[in-house]
Amino acid sequence: MNKGVAITGMGIISSIGNTVEENLLSLLNQTPGISVIENIKTHHKNNIKVGEIKASNEELINQLGLPDSNSYSRTAMLAEIAAKEAVKNAGITNINKCKTGFISATSVGGMDLTEKYFYSQFEETKNRKYIESHSAGDSSSKVAKSLGITGFVSTISTACSSAANSIMMGARMIKAGKLDRVIVGGADCLSKFTINGFKTLLILSEDNCRPFDTNRTGLNLGEAAAFLVLESDECVKKGNKNVLAYVSGWANANDAFHQTASSKDGEGATLAMQKALKVAGLKPENIDYINAHGTATENNDASESAAIRRIFEDQIPSVSSTKAFTGHTLAAAAAIEAVYSVLALQNSTVFPNLNFQTPIEETQIFPETEVIIKELNHVLSNSFGFGGNCSTLIFSKA
Amino acid sequence: MGKYFINGIGCVSAQDTTNSEKDLFNFKELKENKVSACKPNYKDFIPPAMIRRMSAGIKMGVVASSLALKEANVKIPSAIVTGSGMGCLNDSEKFLRNIIDNDEQFLTPTAFIQSTHNTVGAQIALGLGCKAYNVTYVHDATSFETSIIDAILKLDEEEQNVLVGGVDELANHTVELHKLIGHVKEENTLEKGILNSNSKGAVYSEGAQFFVLENRKTENSYAELVDVITYDAILEEEVTSKLEAFLLANNLKTSEIDAVILGVNGDVEFDGIYQKLQDTILKEIPQVYYKHLSGEYNTASAFGMWTACKMIKNQIIPENLRLNSVEVNSIKNVLLYNQYRGKNHSFVLLKSC
Repeated sequence: MNKGVAITGMGIISSIGNTVEENLLSLLNQTPGISVIENIKTHHKNNIKVGEIKASNEELINQLGLPDSNSYSRTAMLAEIAAKEAVKNAGITNINKCKTGFISATSVGGMDLTEKYFYSQFEETKNRKYIESHSAGDSSSKVAKSLGITGFVSTISTACSSAANSIMMGARMIKAGKLDRVIVGGADCLSKFTINGFKTLLILSEDNCRPFDTNRTGLNLGEAAAFLVLESDECVKKGNKNVLAYVSGWANANDAFHQTASSKDGEGATLAMQKALKVAGLKPENIDYINAHGTATENNDASESAAIRRIFEDQIPSVSSTKAFTGHTLAAAAAIEAVYSVLALQNSTVFPNLNFQTPIEETQIFPETEVIIKELNHVLSNSFGFGGNCSTLIFSKA
Repeated sequence: MGKYFINGIGCVSAQDTTNSEKDLFNFKELKENKVSACKPNYKDFIPPAMIRRMSAGIKMGVVASSLALKEANVKIPSAIVTGSGMGCLNDSEKFLRNIIDNDEQFLTPTAFIQSTHNTVGAQIALGLGCKAYNVTYVHDATSFETSIIDAILKLDEEEQNVLVGGVDELANHTVELHKLIGHVKEENTLEKGILNSNSKGAVYSEGAQFFVLENRKTENSYAELVDVITYDAILEEEVTSKLEAFLLANNLKTSEIDAVILGVNGDVEFDGIYQKLQDTILKEIPQVYYKHLSGEYNTASAFGMWTACKMIKNQIIPENLRLNSVEVNSIKNVLLYNQYRGKNHSFVLLKSC
């Protein structure tokens, strides 16, 4: 077995809590964060439910203590809150004491600002400071700078699997000795752009989403950010660090089937899980819990179930999707679910798949619907995105 | 760590770079502040029914990657890594404009579907039926260099070959916004070229450059890709020491560099960062620039690497690319240095093979 790369800190902000501790409590108390949208004016307000963080931009600016002249997008602010919690949690006081990098993931970037000021920037000069905030890389550079990281900084965007790939890249860079420490994760805020995009694809649910249920009605969009601190064995030893868990397996494969739809037999997902198990040096029967992608769209859940059947056959471990708590947070999804996977390992707990009643006929997968306490050694987490991007991460107990 | 060879290259740019009869010395400096790519004959690469539906970025990416794969004689790569600073910008603008202009009504999904940053990498995979590793880096002006870092790791992890490239497209609204903040040159300053423009900003353009990296040398090898490093936000005065440290890590002294390829784009605000190197540690080394031919875009440094591959293979530095007149007998070690607006610094080292 591959011991993997040590996770020494984590931070998160989502619609079920502003810290790791708050997220854990909501998961254990089965309190979802799905609501009616308040921070964005949209015609779809009464036809969608979202996993919205209720703090306004002004409140986030105050929380971070940003000056009036700041040009932060909401994505950047969420990212900075989560990344700072992760760094603090890892007990890091001098970030450049060892070679530290930063890899974020986003699909929305500064779209929330661009959609607000798309035309008005031509007439008014005061909002032009946001023009440069549009790019995906801008939020990463801002957060890296606030943490004092000036060397390797990058951003990944592979739609809804983005953060899985940033965690994977970070783990690979540590393994290869390119970095001693890396802060990895992702962030996405809600925007009119994504709300309308998913609306036109007819995959937004009017109700609370129901992952893996045969009568599922589509997804709830959400917003969130989460980051993990990964450190090399040498750093862990030198700093006498507390290891929360290990990232032990990772893989990315492409479905190569359709730009937005997953193949019926879940080919890409199957390949990703297979390869991740191989990297971890584990067999399917070693996996105790699958934190599924489970967006609750017709297509994803059917395809993912088929892939899970292909890998695990009749020995399906505990499965749940936590999307009914948080909504689908796009590029951040794999990062918040990485935090949940680590929390599952630390607390020997499987978090429930809310709103499930009847299994999908063909695959007959029954996700856990209650909080389950049991010994967990290895948790597998899936994330899939537009463009056929399928990524799997495996987390193992420290 | 193994060795990595560039065995196939493909380039769509503001110059006629898909025409095999044209070489670096044929290319002329761009004289407008916004220049679209020179359109290849798309019918040679893409089924006609699909051409109309594909955005400029996808088309450029498909053509550049096809050319690179063909040269390297690779049918299906074992990984695809794409860099794109701004992603599929035209479709993003189009969908956003529809949302705003029509007040969230009467929308169709096509532009949204194609707006995600990873569309080009995904469409290349779809076209090839390639189920391998596929990632897109979107970190402004180091999107391409981070992609190379990933590609090198993939080769070390025993993949045989990696298709790696950069692509960015011009989009009207974004150019107009960037004019407001002085990032685009005033057109009337370009008569005597970017070096004499004495103006702020850059010439905006677009392009796609793809490379096949393999862990073995072939008859077709252009160069060995030795190393790459990026710095997000170093101080101007640190650039010299970072450059020297990068070379030292590869057992080279500055004097052993046979050509240096700089991302000079004529921006009076930020070209000083290059000038300081040109006047000091790089003074005795042949200096080359390329953005007067390619224009500026987030992944323009991939055009720089394409230029380096051509120079190393032909063993000649064309006059129209020279920043100084230092002569060189043979081109062995080539250093590339790029930054954009004082941020996103990258060093890449190539070696003849």
